Amino acid sequence: MEELYARDIYGKTLVELGKKDKRIVVLDADLSSSTRTSLFKKEFPDRFFNFGVAEQNMMAAAAGLASCGKIVFVSTFAMFATARALDQIRNTICYNNFNVKIVATHSGITVGEDGSSHQALEDINFLRAIPNIKIIVPVDAHETRDAVISAYENDGPFYIRLGRLKVRTIENKKQFVLGKGYIVEEGKDLAIIASGIMVDLALRANESLKKENIEATIINMHTIKPLDEELIVEIAKKYKKILVCEEHQVIGGLYSSISEVLIRKYPIKIERIGVENKFGQSGSIKELLEYYGLSADCIAKKVKEYIRQ
Amino acid sequence: MKEKIKNLKSKANEIRKLVIRMTTCAGSGHPGGSLSSADIITCLYFEVMRHNPNDPNWKDRDRFHLSKGHCCPALYAALALCGYFPVDELWTLRKLNSKLQGHPDRHTPGIEVASGSLGQGLSVALGMALAAKIDNKDYRVYCLMGDGEIQEGNIWEAAMAASHYKLDNLCGIVDYNHFQIDGRTEEIMNLEPIINKWEAFGWHAIECDGHNFQELLESFNMAKNIKLKPTVIIAHTVKGKGVSFMEHVVDFHGRAPTQKECEIALKELEDLDKLDSQL
Repeated sequence: MEELYARDIYGKTLVELGKKDKRIVVLDADLSSSTRTSLFKKEFPDRFFNFGVAEQNMMAAAAGLASCGKIVFVSTFAMFATARALDQIRNTICYNNFNVKIVATHSGITVGEDGSSHQALEDINFLRAIPNIKIIVPVDAHETRDAVISAYENDGPFYIRLGRLKVRTIENKKQFVLGKGYIVEEGKDLAIIASGIMVDLALRANESLKKENIEATIINMHTIKPLDEELIVEIAKKYKKILVCEEHQVIGGLYSSISEVLIRKYPIKIERIGVENKFGQSGSIKELLEYYGLSADCIAKKVKEYIRQ
Repeated sequence: MKEKIKNLKSKANEIRKLVIRMTTCAGSGHPGGSLSSADIITCLYFEVMRHNPNDPNWKDRDRFHLSKGHCCPALYAALALCGYFPVDELWTLRKLNSKLQGHPDRHTPGIEVASGSLGQGLSVALGMALAAKIDNKDYRVYCLMGDGEIQEGNIWEAAMAASHYKLDNLCGIVDYNHFQIDGRTEEIMNLEPIINKWEAFGWHAIECDGHNFQELLESFNMAKNIKLKPTVIIAHTVKGKGVSFMEHVVDFHGRAPTQKECEIALKELEDLDKLDSQL
């Protein structure tokens, strides 16, 4: 089974885009080796700028560059890209609807041992309410490439959320279409709508559930905004039971987004797996996923409880 | 030179009158800082900057970014007088669906980037200056900041980066009128020693009287000739400049004149105009 770092593919995709389009400029805030924007820097030193540990300046400067016709990719860790520079993103990038593509790495609890200060669990919530921005959580490295190209091809601000870890390549992926989720695996008992690494964990949960004759349909909802409302309603009508899985607070992320759709269009009771209004902490990845209730085992357990209801 | 300065004075006076009328008509706005920055803005738009009102997106234009966005009445007046849009549009300031929002917005011809949330403008200007360097273009970037505004940490992040990247095509101006909403800058959050701060961040710093066109023109000219570092002009100004009862009065930071005050202010500015034309 192939496992790749999404951020490796991000760096390579930047180089690929940089070769064909001179308008591309890349900014980083002292984390270029981690975010892999260093790959772009090596190829195009004249179009790469390190801003040091100063994310607010980097975001507003990205807007200035974009105002002069540049397509600007900005990278740092998800925590600092969003929480630290939120006003700059809201007022100077999004309000102007500039071509600034924020690609943040090290999101979520799976940052691991660095602990709470580095585990962005609220980033989607911070950005989701801002007009103009589009938010993508790619499922694996290949979809990361698609997402980055989509951000390049479509005007306006984007937020692409990547993790730190290697991610397993998902089989049965559909062609990436911005704003369109898709079914990765068909089941009969309920639907799991997930994003990012939670899709892989849901697939693993499904493996063990199948032994007990339980099968979930698993949907990769890679675009959080604009959300695929049509698919959500269709799935709700078909399965009547939806479990949403996200590596984010249960407040303000994918679960909230889906709830907002269903409450208006097809009100059913849905369930969730996510971080339950808590801060993260240090620990191994396995321990953290277990402790915060996000692991494949936790998903399988939740599914069993849910379908018994 | 004498004739040039006479013309600039007359333009600045026109801008001041429009600021008074616009804010009175809108019933709100920020006349104090608009009046203190009127001469700086006049100098830039009517003498210093390379720009073309008939082609606001001209690639080689000099860029101006109003980081202290609340003083947009002065900028809107300047843009209208330059011909970016009809002067009559000024009376739509702060009205629903107007191009002239309470703080600058890109829907207004001549506005490069929206502003209003303080402290971000120098970074925006830095981004524009970097773009010029990447593209090997010789346009210059001007960024007008408020004095209270430079209390924002983001300004100093930008200051550090601008000198790091040797952006000699970037010129910052601080409208140093010594007043912010809550009172005198000395009392609220002291900015001194202001010159040392900018110099310590690697900038060439120039001080001048922000209401003296001769000094302003010399400062902008000097800034053009400074190489390998950005320049900041600390322009000493008077909040509410030009209207006796508004000068040094903090209340007019964010309050529009009443109809009565408007009439008195316009009369004073008319008289000033007559005085200037007799010189």
